[in-house]
Amino acid sequence: MASLAPTFGRGAMTNHWVDIKNANLILIMGGNAAEAHPCGFKWVTEAKAHNKAKLIVADPRFTRSAAVADYYVPVRAGTDIAFLGGVINYLLTHDKIQHEYVKAYTDVSFIVRADYTFKDGVFSGYNEAKRSYDKSTWMYELGADGYVKTDPTLKNPRCVFNLMKAHYSRYTPELVSSITGTPKEQFLKVCEMMAETAAPDRTMTIMYALGWTQHSVGSQMIRTAAMVQLLLGNIGMVGGGMNALRGHSNIQGLTDLGLMSELLTGYLTLPDEKETDYKAYIEKRVQKPLRPGQMSYWQNYHKFHVSLMKAWYGNAAHKDNNWAYDYLPKLDKMHDMLQVFEDMHQGKINGYFCQGFNPLAATPCKVKVGRALAKLKYLVTIDPLATETAAFWQNHGEYNDVDPAKIQTEVFRLPSTCFAEENGALVNSGRWLQWHWKAADPPGEAKSDLEIMAGIFLKLRALYQKEGGAFPGPILNLTWKYAIPSAPSPEEVAREINGKALEDLVDPKDKTKVVRKAGEQLDGFGQLTDDGKTSCGCWIYTGCWTEKGNMMARRDNSDPSGLGNTTGWAFSWPANRRIQYNRASCDPSGKPWDPNRKLIEWNGTQWVGADVPDIKLDAAPADGMNPFIMNSEGVARFFTVNKMGDGPFPEHYEPFESPLDVNPLHPKNPKAKNSPAARVFKDDLDQFGDAQEFPYVATTYRLTEHFHFWTKHTRLSAILQPEQFVEIGEDLAKMKNIKSGDRVRVRSIRGFIKAVAVVTKRIRTLDVYGKKVYTVGIPIHWGFQGVAKNGFIANTLTPFVGDANTQTPEFKAFLVTIDKL
Amino acid sequence: MALQSLDITRRSATTTPSPGVRETQKVAKLIDISKCIGCKACQVACMEWNDLRDEIGTNHGVYDNPLDLTDKSWTVMRFSEVEVEKGKLEWLIRKDGCMHCADPGCLKACPAPGAIVQYSNGIVDFHEENCIGCGYCITGCPFNIPRISKKDSKAYKCTLCSDRVSVGMEPACVKTCPTGALVFGSKEDMIQHAEERIVDLKSRGYKNAGLYDPPGVGGTHVMYVLQHADQPQIYNDLPKDPQISLLVELWKGILKPIMSLGLGLAALTGFLHYVTVGPKETEDD
Repeated sequence: MASLAPTFGRGAMTNHWVDIKNANLILIMGGNAAEAHPCGFKWVTEAKAHNKAKLIVADPRFTRSAAVADYYVPVRAGTDIAFLGGVINYLLTHDKIQHEYVKAYTDVSFIVRADYTFKDGVFSGYNEAKRSYDKSTWMYELGADGYVKTDPTLKNPRCVFNLMKAHYSRYTPELVSSITGTPKEQFLKVCEMMAETAAPDRTMTIMYALGWTQHSVGSQMIRTAAMVQLLLGNIGMVGGGMNALRGHSNIQGLTDLGLMSELLTGYLTLPDEKETDYKAYIEKRVQKPLRPGQMSYWQNYHKFHVSLMKAWYGNAAHKDNNWAYDYLPKLDKMHDMLQVFEDMHQGKINGYFCQGFNPLAATPCKVKVGRALAKLKYLVTIDPLATETAAFWQNHGEYNDVDPAKIQTEVFRLPSTCFAEENGALVNSGRWLQWHWKAADPPGEAKSDLEIMAGIFLKLRALYQKEGGAFPGPILNLTWKYAIPSAPSPEEVAREINGKALEDLVDPKDKTKVVRKAGEQLDGFGQLTDDGKTSCGCWIYTGCWTEKGNMMARRDNSDPSGLGNTTGWAFSWPANRRIQYNRASCDPSGKPWDPNRKLIEWNGTQWVGADVPDIKLDAAPADGMNPFIMNSEGVARFFTVNKMGDGPFPEHYEPFESPLDVNPLHPKNPKAKNSPAARVFKDDLDQFGDAQEFPYVATTYRLTEHFHFWTKHTRLSAILQPEQFVEIGEDLAKMKNIKSGDRVRVRSIRGFIKAVAVVTKRIRTLDVYGKKVYTVGIPIHWGFQGVAKNGFIANTLTPFVGDANTQTPEFKAFLVTIDKL
Repeated sequence: MALQSLDITRRSATTTPSPGVRETQKVAKLIDISKCIGCKACQVACMEWNDLRDEIGTNHGVYDNPLDLTDKSWTVMRFSEVEVEKGKLEWLIRKDGCMHCADPGCLKACPAPGAIVQYSNGIVDFHEENCIGCGYCITGCPFNIPRISKKDSKAYKCTLCSDRVSVGMEPACVKTCPTGALVFGSKEDMIQHAEERIVDLKSRGYKNAGLYDPPGVGGTHVMYVLQHADQPQIYNDLPKDPQISLLVELWKGILKPIMSLGLGLAALTGFLHYVTVGPKETEDD
């Protein structure tokens, strides 16, 4: 998501599951939808059956998705930027782009500062000691009026179009094939198929998931694909889009509600420790338009922020104390998963609450995580299952070879309910908030997460009341108006999230008209104010529980347009809009590019159609308000200015553990072999294996039969896939004298696992930069708890390195060796 | 096992007419292999609906698990990696289970009265309470489907959810299939649906796409759409031209009448002997 927002404005799947049926071409890359999203995959089969769509799968393995694809191409793990950069080069050199769309709705004509450079694989502003960039040169040239300078003729060599063209001209089909291992003809065939969707009435959808996210350059892989889609004019279109398939049923909800160390709800951001001044904090985030006539929706940032503070602190947040700004924690650094375990490993953390999370299994380098947990004074796990993390101190032979006598961490296990044992909403990949109803009582002493958190909070508050403490305000003044304080109901919390009027709200155009009376639920985030008259827990969700009731519980699937745009089903953020940026489905004059798939259109006085228009309703096309309303430019960005940590254009870098000695794009610059800005801790730098000792490329993944480390507790899933295995191709099997069914040991520099070998034609030997590359596939699902056969935690093998933007670990490409036991 | 009783076409080893006052439509399940992603949701649905749980086994170096049909796994996915065209790998995933033959070899072979029945809708069902565990149904089956339970020595196999179908529901596997690879309806409708699918597959380059509804067993009530209908054997040994075993046909067609005749003759001889010679008399010492 840290790549879609810098490109389009919002960090979420652009279209939605049902819309996939409208595609003409589907690319599955960086994911395996048939395997990991079998229910959503039905829309791919619908597109094939009823829309004559073609399906392309590009993956290191011939997957279950590939089994039903029209065209499969192999690609070496971790080289997707090279592949997609090659596609960009193909589209530009063969002039297969949607010209009118690209000119009107993207930044191609924007002029970039003269001091932005890209040399030998490194962008301007690099600080090697800090492994990060000073991004000030990654910026447009601004005119005296504060607007970006542009050259609509695209002749200026510093305009984004020409910089992009030059950047990707290096990605020739020959070099792409050499880096990725994809045979050149097959690569070109994929380019040709994609290029067909540059026509205004043809669309491609791209479906991806953790296969792109979990790399040291994961965000940039997604960016590259987003750029391909922009060149083809496939964003905002029915059957188009960048469709991020989320890995958990509610992971979209997690990011929406700000459960990341630097976020508040609705993608508002926490201040950092230098931002002690409220006004400066707001001014930095209220983004003024960078082009005339643009909406630049973040201009309203302060309304969302003040309403959030009112929801949290009620009367204790008021104008005179800057809406309780001082109550907000100020961030010293990112506290992402890798950072927390690094700090824990260094003994800097005493206690750790682990809610719905199994880090011993889910975090890279299991040995390091186990050692880190052993340095805690206490560990609290809140989970419906007995996780490996809660049992990290137990000796389970080779699977968890620790000495309990040497571990002093006190572990508290708080059993919680699972989704079927409580009411609530899950946010799916397509941004739908779907309410669900409790189906069964929880077993034993299990309590809902709300009850558990409330219990902990009330105890803490009582302690602060009694003892004072260093800074009691944020705890003592927190709004806690639930009917049963020890058990807030999901319905109460949902209403709080939606937001309400604290005083009567009047229509700004007609002050005699009251829009919402004090105490009433709000209809949409347009009603939020910065004067303390509204409260709202998460602005992008406003509209989910209005005076009409629970909109998430709606189940009207009528579909008058036939496009699957069922606006009466559940609630879709933002504003119940189903396809984001849908203004771009029309040409600049307001007519749909494809009259047969008409989503919205300008009727002469306003925008109307089958979806909620993603544009000011009365913004006449002639006035030139552009479709990407969250971006202060109004258009989508090929050049992401300072929004990404590792470069304004994606560049291919090798995974931190690579079978190659150099980055073939920069063979002479060792500093550009791996991403210069990726997250690596000092101690971990010597924990990378080299290709001499560990010659094979490994990649980890899921199987349909299981979900992460949960379903090995389920007998039915355990029956379907009972025992840990790894997959290798026939050539490697022959070299190592391994047959299907043999037991093997797979070793990385960080540890080993043992498993059954599955020898398969589905993993091919690839010809890469003059050498043969063999891939070892490692499903992740096993551990030492549950009813399936016990096994090794796959993340024993994976490296502790993260993406420069999301800090997501590189689970998908590393080095191992394999031997028959 | 089933609830149906008024719409039986035939019963194993029974000469009296079957109860058939209720006439039902011929049904079929269509398995479109070109749409199957091998997720095994059908295996789960089968175990759940029938309230069975197979053993937690081991990995045998393949994706198939359980490795074979059992008395508790009435359907399993069989994965085959083939290159029909050189260099173009295909991963063909076939849902295996009872084909519900119109001319069922199991029923013909079964010597236990009423242990196997065929309903007028085409479903072939085992009534395990009548099963004697002889295993003849396995010999009779051209698809190697029934399995004998080690626990009770009865034969088990897919019922095509005859209990669900009898009350107007689709089989559990069909209901759960996420991609629509499994569909269920009247046999006529399923054939028509298959024809549409075959047109689509041919347009995608599968020139030998076709329907698997083998005439050697009178057609089946479980049919496949195959991308390569000319080579069913590449789908994990799906028989090209399944026939009921000659032994069974002999037993049913020739031997059984002869043996019945033999039995009749023996009885007649005994009777004549009784009439002409009189009852056997025991002599007192």
